[in-house]
Amino acid sequence: MCLAIPGQIMEMLPERPHLALVEVSGVRRSVNIMMLADEAVKPGDWVLIHVGFALAKIDEQEAKASLALLAALGQAYADELKAFEDSRIE
Amino acid sequence: MRFVDEFRDPEMARVLAREIARLADPRRHYKFMEVCGGHTHTIYKHGIEDYLPPNLTLVHGPGCPVCVIPMGRVDDAVHIAAQPEVILTSFGDMMRVPGGRGSFLDATARGADIRMVYSPLDALKVARQNPDKQVVFMAIGFETTAPSTALTVLQAAQEGMRNFSIFCNHVIILPAIKAILDSPDLRLDGFIGPGHVSTVIGCRPYEFMTRDFHKPMVIAGFEPLDILQAIYMLLRQLAAGRCEVENQYTRVVPWDGNRKALQVIHEVMELRPYFEWRGLGFISHSALKVRDTFTDFDAERRFAVPGVRVTDPKACQCGEVLKGVLKPWECKVFGTACTPETPIGTCMVSSEGACAAYYTYGRFTRTRVREVVETA
Repeated sequence: MCLAIPGQIMEMLPERPHLALVEVSGVRRSVNIMMLADEAVKPGDWVLIHVGFALAKIDEQEAKASLALLAALGQAYADELKAFEDSRIE
Repeated sequence: MRFVDEFRDPEMARVLAREIARLADPRRHYKFMEVCGGHTHTIYKHGIEDYLPPNLTLVHGPGCPVCVIPMGRVDDAVHIAAQPEVILTSFGDMMRVPGGRGSFLDATARGADIRMVYSPLDALKVARQNPDKQVVFMAIGFETTAPSTALTVLQAAQEGMRNFSIFCNHVIILPAIKAILDSPDLRLDGFIGPGHVSTVIGCRPYEFMTRDFHKPMVIAGFEPLDILQAIYMLLRQLAAGRCEVENQYTRVVPWDGNRKALQVIHEVMELRPYFEWRGLGFISHSALKVRDTFTDFDAERRFAVPGVRVTDPKACQCGEVLKGVLKPWECKVFGTACTPETPIGTCMVSSEGACAAYYTYGRFTRTRVREVVETA
């Protein structure tokens, strides 16, 4: 649970303004964006996701570099991605 | 060159290694603590220590939230899970952490309903789907994770949920750093600060370290180059006689942190007078509990937890490892009685724990990377 993984915001959910649809390595799940309320995130933005919450806005270069680093982690990242896949936040 | 190539910019890694060697005064010894378990993981995974001169040592700190949970708290959670009609939910990392009466996995084998979740919000969903059960979330983590738990409690309150509560074990990093600075066991020359915790709390709270203890602090990212650069920045401060809080991870960490995240923590939680940290003992004002205004969501008040202090197993030296007094391999049971499959101590359970990280990567990267650096 200690990892924070980068994902790209694909869609805002107007019916549920505290959530956004975020894609991580091809997997789309809803993520809570309340912590970034002051930053007005929008589709296309990259965010750092930790336990189902967007923790910080990051730029695309940082996101790609950190994805490459996470991929090198092997099992730890695979586990985190699996957990993210199983998540069904509402 | 294979290993150096793992760095995003191999040339930069070589330049930093050279600059570090140049700045390190050969007449003295340097000890820097990396506070965060994520950094420990990167250091072993990429063999960072082999890029450093022999008179510079990295000491691994207490920043692994799974590692610092004392056995008594695990037992309290198992006690809650054993109550009728209770579902305990937890991050996967906690499942194998040993308590006095076994781990969550052992409790599951005895019939307790303990489920792994990715997010506290998934725990909230379990509660919605099981209105006839009490669902408890085992809340652990530093300031990185605490706002997520706080926002989940706020959402549960907003939805008027009656069957959801959290067993709050959130800890905060500054009192642990202060305890280490106060400890006579260790003479440290500087600190590599945690990246994600600082995303929330910002850089300012660390200023007491430079002001009261004269220890420089550089907040760092998680790539191998970030850590090398942080070490370089610490050495540069020491060489120039400076002592400051610096931010190497500016691409993610804002100087003032995340105001919204801090605000929700404050709204839902308050400081405990003291809390026991595994290995470090009781530290005042070092953990969070649920505020009275959210009593209904506090598992400690909903269920009478035993709250019994359990002494760590005699053979386990996690305390010394967490304080950086011992290196993982210096522990008597490391890699023999204590392995990731059959952990005795918490540092061997979490992949962020110094022992697990060293066990997984340490023994083979140390020699191989050195060859590469010397021929570079």
